[in-house]
Amino acid sequence: MLKTRIIPTLLMKGMGLVKGTGFDSWRRVGAALQSIRVYNMREVDELVLVDIAATRGNAKPNFREIDELADNCFMPMTVGGGVRSVQDIRDLLAVGADKVVINSAAIETPELIRDGAAEFGAQCIVVSIDVRRQADGICEVFTECGSKPTGHDPVEWAKTVAMLGAGEILLTSIERDGTMTGYDVDLVRNVAAAVDVPVIASGGCGTYSHMADVLGTTRASAVAAAAMFHFTEQTPREAKSFLAERGFPVRK
Amino acid sequence: MAAGLTAVVDYGLCNLDSMARALEECGAATVEKTRDPRIVSRADRVVLPGVGTFGAAMRNLRDWHLLDAICEASANNVPFLGACLGMQLMATIGTEGGARTQGLGLVEGEVVRLVAQSTEERVPHIGWNEVHPKSGSALFADGDETGDFYFVHSFHIRLVDPSAEAARTPYCGGFTSTIEIPGRPIFGTQFHPEKSQKNGFRLLKRFLAV
Repeated sequence: MLKTRIIPTLLMKGMGLVKGTGFDSWRRVGAALQSIRVYNMREVDELVLVDIAATRGNAKPNFREIDELADNCFMPMTVGGGVRSVQDIRDLLAVGADKVVINSAAIETPELIRDGAAEFGAQCIVVSIDVRRQADGICEVFTECGSKPTGHDPVEWAKTVAMLGAGEILLTSIERDGTMTGYDVDLVRNVAAAVDVPVIASGGCGTYSHMADVLGTTRASAVAAAAMFHFTEQTPREAKSFLAERGFPVRK
Repeated sequence: MAAGLTAVVDYGLCNLDSMARALEECGAATVEKTRDPRIVSRADRVVLPGVGTFGAAMRNLRDWHLLDAICEASANNVPFLGACLGMQLMATIGTEGGARTQGLGLVEGEVVRLVAQSTEERVPHIGWNEVHPKSGSALFADGDETGDFYFVHSFHIRLVDPSAEAARTPYCGGFTSTIEIPGRPIFGTQFHPEKSQKNGFRLLKRFLAV
């Protein structure tokens, strides 16, 4: 049986890792290499690593830094931030990324999804969808690290990117991000029901029960968490025991 | 320590570093990432890693003259391991992208898309799933019945002769997740051993010991 993945998300800025709240108020949370070594030892299912400096500064991904991190990473690693061309995807795969995350460029140049999938296969093209739920409850997709509204509805946008060739969707709630108050379960449910590709729920996880809530009531294939692993004593391994006791398939 | 040269074939699309690093960690003495067919020809082991599409990979293997070097090495029973797309390329025919593309032809079979059998199953197949080896397989220890390995793919090989199947994985109706050509040191894994932590490293060590 395919196991539900528990995925720590690492946000890289320069040489260090950061974590914010609502895609803002960044705090330093340690060194990337050290975190990767710890997660290696703990045999986590997969890591997501996003270079947010590249996203914001309109720069290329930091290939040299990612290369060094990947050389120390014997677990699947999904890498994003600043991916704007087929060559960027090629270079990230070459330095050791298993999958590549596209966010802002997916909106600006949707053909990048199609061209990337045609060259490298849909399985390594992850489209990240960052969603802000407005006061009236309506959801909208944002890019540029949560700063730019796009006018896209997340469900419709998810269907579009899957049709273009995205093999996976990393779905993040912007206002839940870093709050540790739980995933936006309705958002995850609606998006995961609308597409046939795997969906990773992200944004808001603060406890193991938040993971159980979203996995129990939506068709998400994986859960991502950052603040919970950075700022609390909770670990991916304990998350698995918690989920296994409640009948979710996890890797032992 | 596994002596000799292990060539990791670079066809311009794949995650060479992960595979090369994993082989070194597993005790391969000399690992060379290469696009040079002469190095493939004198290697003691050939590893074909994989990310990419079937057509793009075969185009590069042919254009860079790597195809003949790989086929010749395996004909001479130089141990060979194809991983993920590398295993799919071992087939006679690929169908990714709608076109029928000739593969390496190391094993008779066709590469076809996974088809979800229920709403629970999603394609691509991404994540950790079970691998059930058949008894007597060289890549799995006896008694090593089942373990989770990391998969990330949308296609699989449908073998003509099931005797080359060394393991199966229960997803999308079940598919061949490991190939061993009977009596020959030619192997393929649909999963990524280099990313499968303990289970994957155990398998790579067995391959290096062949």
